[in-house]
Amino acid sequence: MAEAHPVGFQWVMEAKKRGATVIHVDPRFTRTSAVADDYVPLRVGSDIAFLGGVINYILQNELDFREYVVAYTNAATIVSEDFQDTEDLGGLFSGYDEETGAYTPVSWQYQGHEEHPPSRGEGHIQRDTAAGLQQEVHGPPVPAGKNRDETLQHPRCVYQILKRHYARYTPEVVEQVCGVSQKQFQRVCDAWTTNSGRDRTTALVYSVGWTQHSVGVQYIRSGAIIQLLLGNMGRPGGGIMALRGHASIQGSTDIPTLFNLLPGYLPMPHHKQHETFEKWVDAIRHPTQKGFWNNARTYAVSLLKAYFGEFATEENDWGYNYLPRLTGDHGTYRQVLDMIDGKIKGYFLLGQNPAVGSAHGRAQRLGMANLEWLVVRDLYMIESATFWKDSPEIETGEIVTEECATEVFFMPAASHVEKEGTFTQTQRMLQWREKALDPPGDCRSELWFFYHLGRLVRERIATSTLERDRGMRNIAWSYPTSGPHNDPDASAVLKEINGYDIATSRPLSSYTELKDDGSTSCGCWIYSGVYADGVNQAARRKPGSEQSWVAPEWGWAWPANRRILYNRASADPQGVPWSEKKAYVWWDAEKGEWTGHDNPDFEKTKPPSFRPEEGAVGVAGLRGDDAFIMQGDGKGWLYAPAGLIDGPLPTHYEPAESPLRNPLYAQQANPTRKVYDRPDNQLNPAPPEAHSQVFPYVFTTSRLTEHHTAGGMSRQLAYLSELQPAMFVEVSPALAEERGLRHMGWAHVITGRAAVEARVLVTARLRPLRIDGRTIHQIWLPYHWGGSGLVTGDSANDLFGITLDPNVLIQESKVGTCDIRPGRRPTGPALLDYIADYLRRAGLDASHYAPLETPGAGE
Amino acid sequence: MGVRTWIEGWPVYRQLTGTDPLGRGHAARSARTDALTPRTQEADSVARSVCPYCAVGCGQRVFVKDGEVIQIEGDPDSPISRGRLCPKGSASKSLVTSDRRIRTVLYRRPYATDWEELDLDRAMEMIADRVVKAREETWEDKDEDGRPLNRTLGISSLGGATLDNEENYLIKKLFTALGAIQIENQARI
Amino acid sequence: MAGPNSLFGPIDPATDAGYVDAPPRMGFFTDTSVCIGCKACEVACKEWNAVPDDGFDLLGMSYDNSGELSANTWRHVAFIEQSAPPSEAALDVLREAERSVSTQFLGMPSSTLPGATGREDRDLRWLMMSNVCKHCTHAGCLDVCPTGALFRSEFGTVVVQEDICNGCGYCVSACPYGVIDRREGDGRAWKCTLCYDRIGEGMTPACAQACPTQSIQYGELDELRDRAAKRVEVLHQRGVPEARLYGHDPTDGVGGDGAFFLLLDEPEVYGLPPDPVVPTRDLPSMWKHAGVAALTMAAAVAVAFLGRRP
Repeated sequence: MAEAHPVGFQWVMEAKKRGATVIHVDPRFTRTSAVADDYVPLRVGSDIAFLGGVINYILQNELDFREYVVAYTNAATIVSEDFQDTEDLGGLFSGYDEETGAYTPVSWQYQGHEEHPPSRGEGHIQRDTAAGLQQEVHGPPVPAGKNRDETLQHPRCVYQILKRHYARYTPEVVEQVCGVSQKQFQRVCDAWTTNSGRDRTTALVYSVGWTQHSVGVQYIRSGAIIQLLLGNMGRPGGGIMALRGHASIQGSTDIPTLFNLLPGYLPMPHHKQHETFEKWVDAIRHPTQKGFWNNARTYAVSLLKAYFGEFATEENDWGYNYLPRLTGDHGTYRQVLDMIDGKIKGYFLLGQNPAVGSAHGRAQRLGMANLEWLVVRDLYMIESATFWKDSPEIETGEIVTEECATEVFFMPAASHVEKEGTFTQTQRMLQWREKALDPPGDCRSELWFFYHLGRLVRERIATSTLERDRGMRNIAWSYPTSGPHNDPDASAVLKEINGYDIATSRPLSSYTELKDDGSTSCGCWIYSGVYADGVNQAARRKPGSEQSWVAPEWGWAWPANRRILYNRASADPQGVPWSEKKAYVWWDAEKGEWTGHDNPDFEKTKPPSFRPEEGAVGVAGLRGDDAFIMQGDGKGWLYAPAGLIDGPLPTHYEPAESPLRNPLYAQQANPTRKVYDRPDNQLNPAPPEAHSQVFPYVFTTSRLTEHHTAGGMSRQLAYLSELQPAMFVEVSPALAEERGLRHMGWAHVITGRAAVEARVLVTARLRPLRIDGRTIHQIWLPYHWGGSGLVTGDSANDLFGITLDPNVLIQESKVGTCDIRPGRRPTGPALLDYIADYLRRAGLDASHYAPLETPGAGE
Repeated sequence: MGVRTWIEGWPVYRQLTGTDPLGRGHAARSARTDALTPRTQEADSVARSVCPYCAVGCGQRVFVKDGEVIQIEGDPDSPISRGRLCPKGSASKSLVTSDRRIRTVLYRRPYATDWEELDLDRAMEMIADRVVKAREETWEDKDEDGRPLNRTLGISSLGGATLDNEENYLIKKLFTALGAIQIENQARI
Repeated sequence: MAGPNSLFGPIDPATDAGYVDAPPRMGFFTDTSVCIGCKACEVACKEWNAVPDDGFDLLGMSYDNSGELSANTWRHVAFIEQSAPPSEAALDVLREAERSVSTQFLGMPSSTLPGATGREDRDLRWLMMSNVCKHCTHAGCLDVCPTGALFRSEFGTVVVQEDICNGCGYCVSACPYGVIDRREGDGRAWKCTLCYDRIGEGMTPACAQACPTQSIQYGELDELRDRAAKRVEVLHQRGVPEARLYGHDPTDGVGGDGAFFLLLDEPEVYGLPPDPVVPTRDLPSMWKHAGVAALTMAAAVAVAFLGRRP
């Protein structure tokens, strides 16, 4: 956190000053470790084993916050008797289909729901459409669980299932899998559990390297289970903080430019699952579920009104048939492989540099070299715009400038001070930026570019009578423009996002005002309220020093300006704060409403004692103590009966590339991971496959404080480049000795994809770990370098192949296996021969692929 | 300037007649030193902005004079950042004002070995033509069972996560209406 | 004529430099115990003061690639990696690995680390410190400057006037900390001004304003000294006995620093001189001797001339 989010880290230092204990768990000793009270090095890719160990410690010693757990989580809910755990099946859950490499999750359901599994047995379709992402704001549509045992004794209640699942994650196993000493592990367990409860809360902070694993979503689930068991969710000082790494990456999923999502986490229609509007809406909500997702129809109709205006009518299903349909996986990695195969004609890169920033850089560049046209919009000249003349593949002869047909447009972009608009930061807060000045020269904002591109395309099809052009002709595309460049008005777009009453143009104050009769329009339902009362709430700038510590009048957080989600859980089931010290929101019986320091994340006047009538659904079905109001059963999920592709409980699997056999299960790696078996995407062998010793070391990558991602905004600046001027690799003194690496000398790291050279920093900040009786060396590289800029170097992301998390299709680019050798790598065509030799020795020929299911698993 | 003023401006005179006989302080000040003020005070306008690097969302104040950004620094009012910035945020002025920034449209023809300049409006027309053409050539009306597809797989997009919400909104809306579904973002990476 | 106190011992430097009713002396307290080595101070300083970059060289001194304070680096963050004897657990791993691990010290200045105790359960310390001009009470650079380019401000800080400096370089060798430096190609001397232009208007210097963790604190020197003493006390109570102040003492060889530090090890570990002395300390007695010598010489010359008279 100190490395990549130094200003956010001021609050950790503030807490430390007041006596908080800071524990840092990381494979490498970083600037965060330097000021932490305890630094815990662990093996890259072993986090679930570590966190599973903490879960086991809590459950074995009954250290959970029992009152919270019983009331607010699904610990008491009873699961189908058909469910079988990984303990019974060698590392697989029940329902695995080896044909599709995915689960049919019927047996994972709560008891009584087996007949209505939400994903209807189409696990591989869910995987291809990254359906897990739709759960960013809610659980999947499941009906409320009725069968509960609040004594937590029933052998099939979630609590007991959890206890059995993690029983083998003992301190000894943690030591064996993660390389963390039992003594140190004990210290972490003690600190976490003693600092949680009525009077105290513990925050879990992760950086999004956690998401870049083939089990990334389950990493975060593991953290969520601990935080729920210890009663740390929905409470001040608690929670799970995702430290996202880009100014508006939260916004980029809320109002997505993602293939599988529409604004507000509504799914893009799938040709089979969502053939009609009704099927689409019913797939978003479950007709008998509790909570606010039951109102999905109002969100959907209002979005289509925002998209197609007067052309969205009840008669045409609100223009639903103008929407394009998914047929499977259309993610960025699928696209790149399709580019290599010549299936894609044109590509827009909007402030993004995949030649350096995406996994398997060589595939990225070869893909771009096979396009008809490419539009790059950026502030600076980046590697993705110049692959045709100076990429590493020019040197190897794989791309020949004079033979590369790709037409490239470099469109200079406006900077953040040359346009107005909102960023959504990592705690869901929208902040409006004022425009300081006009952009120089031809530089323009994305808003300008896309508004005018849309206008030009519409001109070209204005007289078309083709059915396919109807959506584009009917799109609501009139925005006021002004200034010398006819810039569209960003606040008009924000108003459209907020939504309004169509008859009166009155901006809506909340998503609860949305209607499904076509009388409201709303571009993103979760952002509704950002323009409440016609005021740009995101532009509010009341100084922090002039308001409460929650600072509700600075910017605007979705939903409904709530700063802590699910904050109903900060009070006990009766609505009384768990303790004076941790009071946040509570029930004011006198006034008959919820009140507190924040906007209560609950219906304002629903009393804690409220019990719904039998059969009530949606919001009306929520009890007065159902704190998790977006979940189908109103509970925080220790166990996920649906919504996850790879299992209801996090389970330790080895990374796709690992030098080790999974010490816990016969199943080696995530059996549902998304793979692309192609000769140009060879993955290094992992046990039980032969030849893993050709790549004996584990490597990982991350950021340096001084640089930003692929370097486009930092390697171009002298004041940042001078602070970290060269690509380097960090190795332990022991590994340096083993491989003959010299401090400040050159070395190169080799995988089945690439060899990357770097200067060597020998440092005790990296250390070998003792894992399962073997010494495991870990290597660390920053991933900021590429061929353009003031300082240049090889790109670490070239080293990775493409394997994806099945829930969200994010690549495993935080762990891989490699070799490291002293000296610089070969250049020119000799580099290809060099890598080919490694592939040959590792037994990786064109027909090789690693089976998803490890022989012996499932028994 | 009168003779008297001129003489008083002479450091040695001040040194010999004033309180600073060693000439190390008061007497040593140059006219430039006396006139020094923070350049932020001379700004024509100050915009309240947000740092474009990570997702902490630190407040920034952008000082502009004569159409140039003269300083960007932390906004002390922000309850998130309290006026502080990391090295990247502190380098924001360079990010915006660097002469390495590209300020004109550049175009690489197929098989060309170098860039050439291209008029912005012309570039927009060319891109619009290419979008329409690619869409036409790769349009899919229906799947094999006759279910609607309404789409093109001929166009891709990958956005960074420093785009504004309003921009992402228009991007998604436009591409969706065009039937282009391969629209992705750093959020997938 | 100034008394001997002007060149040595505790004084109020602004008053001494002729400011009547000078404002309180301002300075920096840099608390390295909360420094996270982000280098925001280095960048914020350069952006505000338009300091040129210092070259793009990987130095291999941990994460320090600026090397030292110079004409082009007015704030410099030092990184010191220290390995204490490894813990039992770590030793265990290493023994099993059957490899002898030589402890590596990549930071400056040497591998002898007096007082590097650390936590007993911790085998590695990574110290970080943002160094800066000390704005000495008795500033050698200022005392030797022949042009009046260096001057003492009303805030007690020491500032180079770029319009006066002729690049003679006397100040460079007069600084006991090796801070002030001539810029290549420009010739003039440059260093931290404690953002003289900003503080005159009540603003905070750029580095302190940016510092995410308040490792760099700006304020009235008296108040900072109190705060620092309390901070040391707190750290001592919390089991950090190695915390100590550096440059806070008005009776030291430079009369105390306007920019002082809380360190977690001996000053040498951070590349700081343990006992800096202003080179002009002995100037008065030198002047006395030089005066006698000059008179003697003049007499000799006179005699010589006289002697040549026919």
